[in-house]
Parts: sequence; C-alpha cells; structure tokens
Amino acid sequence: MSGEKRIRAILAGLAVVAARPGEAAQRLTREKGKPLVGVLPYYAPEEIAHAAGMLPVGVWGGTADASMAGHYFPPFACPLVKSALDLALRGVYDGLAAMIVPALCESLTFFGQNFRAARPDIPFVPVVHPQNRRTPEGVAYLRAEYEKVRDRLAEIAGREVTAADLDRAIGIFNDHRRAMRAFLEEAPRHPSLVSPRVRHAVAKSAYYMDKADHAALVGELTGLLKSLPEESGAGKRVVVTGIMAEPEGLLDLFEEVGLEIAADDLAQESRAFRTDVPDGGDPLERLARRWSLVEGCSLAFDPGKERNRILLDLVRNSGARGLVVLMMQFCDPEEMDYPLYRKEFDAAGVPVLHLEVEPRMSLEQARTRLQSFAEMI
Amino acid sequence: MSDNVTSKQLLDHYARKVYADAAEAKAAGRPVGWSTAIVPQEFFETMDLPLVYPENHSAVISARKRALGFLERAEGYGYHADVCGYMRVNFGYLLDGARGDDDVPPAPVPDFVVCCNNYCTMIVKWYENLAKELGVPLFMIDMPYNPEGAVDEARVRYIRAQFDRLVGQLEDLTGRSFDRERFREVMEISRENARLWKQAFALVGHVPSPANGFDFYNYLTLMVFMRGRAETTEVLRLWIREMEGKIARGEGPFRDAEEKYRIMFDGIACWPQLAHTAKVFRSYGINITGSNYPDGWAVQYETGDLDGMARAYASVCNNMSLERAVEKRVEIIRQGRCDGAVYHMNRSCKVMDFTTYEVQRRVFAETGAPYITFDGDQADPRVFVAAQFDTRVQALVEMMESRKEAER
Ligand code: SF4
Ligand code: SF4
Repeated sequence: MSGEKRIRAILAGLAVVAARPGEAAQRLTREKGKPLVGVLPYYAPEEIAHAAGMLPVGVWGGTADASMAGHYFPPFACPLVKSALDLALRGVYDGLAAMIVPALCESLTFFGQNFRAARPDIPFVPVVHPQNRRTPEGVAYLRAEYEKVRDRLAEIAGREVTAADLDRAIGIFNDHRRAMRAFLEEAPRHPSLVSPRVRHAVAKSAYYMDKADHAALVGELTGLLKSLPEESGAGKRVVVTGIMAEPEGLLDLFEEVGLEIAADDLAQESRAFRTDVPDGGDPLERLARRWSLVEGCSLAFDPGKERNRILLDLVRNSGARGLVVLMMQFCDPEEMDYPLYRKEFDAAGVPVLHLEVEPRMSLEQARTRLQSFAEMI
Repeated sequence: MSDNVTSKQLLDHYARKVYADAAEAKAAGRPVGWSTAIVPQEFFETMDLPLVYPENHSAVISARKRALGFLERAEGYGYHADVCGYMRVNFGYLLDGARGDDDVPPAPVPDFVVCCNNYCTMIVKWYENLAKELGVPLFMIDMPYNPEGAVDEARVRYIRAQFDRLVGQLEDLTGRSFDRERFREVMEISRENARLWKQAFALVGHVPSPANGFDFYNYLTLMVFMRGRAETTEVLRLWIREMEGKIARGEGPFRDAEEKYRIMFDGIACWPQLAHTAKVFRSYGINITGSNYPDGWAVQYETGDLDGMARAYASVCNNMSLERAVEKRVEIIRQGRCDGAVYHMNRSCKVMDFTTYEVQRRVFAETGAPYITFDGDQADPRVFVAAQFDTRVQALVEMMESRKEAER
C-alpha cells in the first residue's frame, strides 16, 4: 500500500469509530473480552479503569432528541448531559460495568445525581476534583478521591489493582497523549488529507478504542504524514475553542467556506491530550498531580486567567488568522471565560467568531456566519 | 435605640449599615473584601475585615427593580443571559462604575475577594473573573461536593488545611496576627446565631404561623452579613420574642387575612417579582412556613471544633446528595406543617434546579403534599410570566383544598 493509501485507510477506519461510537464500543468489549466503563468528561482518572482490566469509553452525549432526559433535567441543562442522560434512560449504556462521573460543573454534578437515581443498576463512581489543585492538601485530597475510585473499580472487577497495574496504565495513556499531540501538530500541514472533520474523527475515536491500539494507529498515521511534503494550503487557518466540535456536519462547513484548523483548544480534543501524568512515585499521587499541571481550561481553577494568554499564544503560534468559539449552549464554565478572553483578543486585534452550538442548531445560519468570518479574516 | 424598637426596624437599620460601614472602611483605607454568601466568615470577623456579599447586593438591586440595566450592561460585555443573574447584575454594577444611589447600595470595589463554593460551582468562575478584572487576590476555600454520603475524612482534612492557609494569607494581607481568643469568641457568637436562626425557623411550625415566610429571606441579610456579630444575636432574640408574643396572642402572619394554606417555598425568592408573588399568595391566604434556602445559613458546630466547622460548612444542602436534598425538604414540610410546595425554577441558577424534578417527586411520595413549579429568576425580570404563576398557584390551591377535604 502506498503511504497515501494507507493514510486514507487508517483515517477511514477511525472515521467509522467516531461516527458510530456505540457500535465501536461494543466491538471493543467483544474483541478484548473486557468490560466497558463509561467515563464522563473531564479529567477523569481513566487510567485506573484501565489498570482494573476494564475499557474506559467516553460519554459525550450525542443525540439530538433528549426528550426523555426532560424527566430529570430542565430544558436549560447543557446538551451534553441531557443527551447522555437520555441515552442512559434509553438503555444505551446497559451493560456498562460502571459510570465514572466527575463534578467539574453543575451539569456534571447533577448528571451524576440524576443518573444514579435513574439507573441505580449501573454502579455510579463519582470523582470530585479540588479547586485548590496546586497545593499539597489539594493533591492529597484528590489522591484520596482516586483511591476510592480504585477501590470501587477493583471491587467491581473482582481483582486487586496494584501499583504496577497503575504504572503500566499511566505509561499507556501518556504514550497515547504524546501520539495525539504529535498528530495534531502534523495535521495542519496536510489539509487535503486531514480535513476538519477527519481531524476531529481521529481525536474522537480515541474515546472508543483501546488506548494502545489507538496510539499505534495514530503514531503510524503521523509518521506517514510526515513523510509527505507539506501542502501549501489554500484555506485560511483558524483555531477552534470550546467543549467539542459537534454536531455532526458543523465541521464540514469549515471546509466548505475554506477554513482550516491550525490548532484546537477543545475540551474533547487538545485539552484532553495536553497534560501528561508526571513521573515519579506513587501512581495515584502522580495521577492527582496531573490535575495540578492542567492549564488554560475553563474547568480547572485559574484565578490568573492564564487561559486568555494561552489561547492568544495558540492562535499566534499556529499561524491562525482568528479564533472560532464553538460555544456549547448552557455551558456555564465556557460562557464565563468568554468575555475575558474576548476582551484580550479584541485588544490584540485578533478576529473572533462566537457560534453557539447545540444538537439542533441551524447549520444554515452557521454557514452564513462562518462564510462571512472566512471572508473577513 | 429606644425600647420599643421592632426587630424589623433593627434589621432595616443594619441592612443599610453593613454597606455604609464597608464604604466607610474603604474610604479609611482599610481593605474590604467581596465574598460568596456562605463563607466561613469567622476568619474575617476575627481579623476585623469587612466583607460585602455581591449576591445580597444583587438581590437588593433586583428587589428594587433596578436589575435590568445592569443585566444588559453585563450582557453587552459578553456575559451570556443563561448564566447566573446575580453574577450579571454584579458585573453590570462594576461596569457601571460601582456607584450607589437610593436603590443601589454602595458596595465599594473590593481589595480582595473570597470564594467558598459550598453551594455553587459556577461561582468559582464568577470569582476568578472578579479577581482578574479587578486585579485583586482571590482566597479560594474549596469545599468539594458530596455526591453520596456525609463529608468524608479526606475532605475534612483538605478543608482544615485550607483554613490554616487562609489564616496565613489574612495575616499577610493585614500585617496583623490572628487572634485565637477572638476567634473563639466569634465562633461562639456564630454558633449562638445559627442556633437562634434554627429556633426562629421552628416557630413557624405553629398554626397559625407567627411569621410570613418571606420574612426569612429578609432576615437572611443578617445571617449573611453579620453571622459572627452580637448585634445579630440581639435582633434574632427580639424577633423570636415578637413571634412568641404573636403565638401567645394567636396572631397569624397577615394583618388583613387568615392563614389558610401553608407551603414550602423552594429556591431563591423571585426578587424582581417579589411583590407580585407575595400578593398572589396572600390573596389565597397562602403563607410560606418552610424553605430550603434560608436554612443554608444555619451553620452548626461546637466552638473550638475546627473539624466540625469544616464539616458544617461543607454540608450546606446544595453541596449534598439528592437523597439529602429530599430528606431536608421532607423535614421542612413536616416542621412547617406545609399543605403544599412551590418550586421556583430559578432560570439562571443551575444548582437550584438540576435535581428539582426528581426531588419533588420523591418529596411528594413521602409527604403527599401537592406541588407546583413556576419559572422565574433570582434577578432577571424577563423570565417570570405572571399568568403562568397565577394559574399554577390557583391549581395548587385546588389540590391543597381537595386534600384537606379528603382529610376532613
Ligand atoms: S463543561 Fe459545559 S458542556 Fe461540559 S458538562 Fe459542563 S456545562 Fe456541559
Ligand atoms: S448560580 Fe445560583 S447559587 Fe450560584 S451564585 Fe448564582 S444564584 Fe447563587
């Protein structure tokens, strides 16, 4: 197979996973013979599930019709948790060995409570991160939370989870994050092979595959891409920020109007891969220290609002001409960061497009707005 | 003050004074802080550092029908109308130059801000933004949510360590050392005030109730601003005496009407439409004899017990599991002998609403007390629809009436 052909084959495979995450997860558990654990965003210690011999899979919602969730959530909960709960009620998560639910915003906190009420049959494993995440007491507290997660999952798995298991899992996840970062850095040099939609599929598929398998494929992909010459790129480069680049079809519009993605600051993509678990010592403590190292994320306590600078640097250093904000509807954390970084972008003269996204949004309107943004920058 | 001054008069006096005092401190060059509403104020009181509470400030502005201008100002700046109305009013006030007038209390721009997230997660973002925009230090007292049971030991240790850190930070800020003796005194006063607050609550269990339930939302100003002060003890004692007098005389909550129905009011008051909601309730003889909201300030611990204090602050109802939220409301309904319940869907306050549906189903299953839900907001006047509120209250009255019929 030629390089380009192999690239296309890998990308097509990952696109299938990203397009049908449910089926991919079912295939995964069959092939590996291990149970699935659902993991809500953000910064959950997935490594612990892996170490317990389970397969962590991402729960990011994804249905447009979340009518059943209305039994629990009022209409103004964010679409991510509404649709995740809806899927839980419709039985999509039946058979999960557990559901790990962080509590970094109100939506997630109460997703956890509503989920536990609605599906008492699926073990609920909460994890509440500290805000004072850089102090020794914050790290010690988070370590204790992770210890509870470890004990719960060990009990469910019916096995011991040793430090060696954890160290091994951490190694795999760090390798995977490194592989993802290398790919995301290489991707903008090949816009015709890696369109915005394809780029998103590579990142999203990570949540529904075995991490080592995914890392191997993505590593191969990046290697092949590197062997190709850099394309000149006819489009205009932008950075996208927000929680995730969905609904389906949204990213096609970027391609349509000639916008290329230079880099992303999406919680589902780069933010998830940016920070490794540091080396040295007790594995649960190392996992907890990863949370101290997270930077520039609306979910991680940031009193100096470093995110403003990080985002501006990202746009500048990636050669992008502007920032597209994919603002998840009803998302307090992202909505609260927006006015402040917007102010800095305005002051720096960097164009910003704010698009509110939700599953039933009008792509027509989005196209018009992206079109004029593309013309303006 | 003369002898026949009422607790209400004292309350009004202090409600004005807290802002005037803060403005005066600021003018005198003393550092003034802004703080979230259920903060361990004991540390600040001990250090004699005045705190202003933006949520209270926004509530006052909203009740005086002045919120809209500030909301629009904040929205123009980029704050989304879906996020907390109190927060938007607060940033609107700052963007407007932080000026007080007859309706808007003069909250001085702070020299530091204090955030304790024991009832709200969004509020951390609010305080991050304040710290950044004003260029002032932020003291973050993190009290992680308790998704399952009680506050566990790891949390207590974490919070205790933060208390120690805070003491050091306040010593650095003021250049003074932390007076442990004074701290004990403040704890003792706070403990007594929390006890009195609970006691006042229990009195509304009498039939007819000596208080009109919205009173609690008003007296709350004291519990928010002055929970660690002897003046509050004085007012609460007087208020309790007044209520006991009314009970002895068999007087109900309304001068002009009989208390026919007793309800639990869930959530924050709908301040922009307080007058309308109160009027509709009164027209049916409905009195509020229980609420989950003012209860948040009954922070109870033993003097000197810092672990207990950490646990008490971390177990504010919003910070606890759905089961605890249900238990609490069942308790409130029983104590207040409520015939029904009204749930306020505070449109821009997610923490108050995201488990309401399941909570109300479970509370109903336990108590049999009928309930309604209405849409409103703690600050934004554009959410409430009078017709919806009026018809739902009417429906509640019918349900409460048929339940009473059935029991007769
Ligand atoms: S961070 Fe935003 S999108 Fe994510 S769960 Fe919370 S509210 Fe929803
Ligand atoms: S969101 Fe609700 S709890 Fe949080 S500050 Fe606003 S009104 Fe208070």
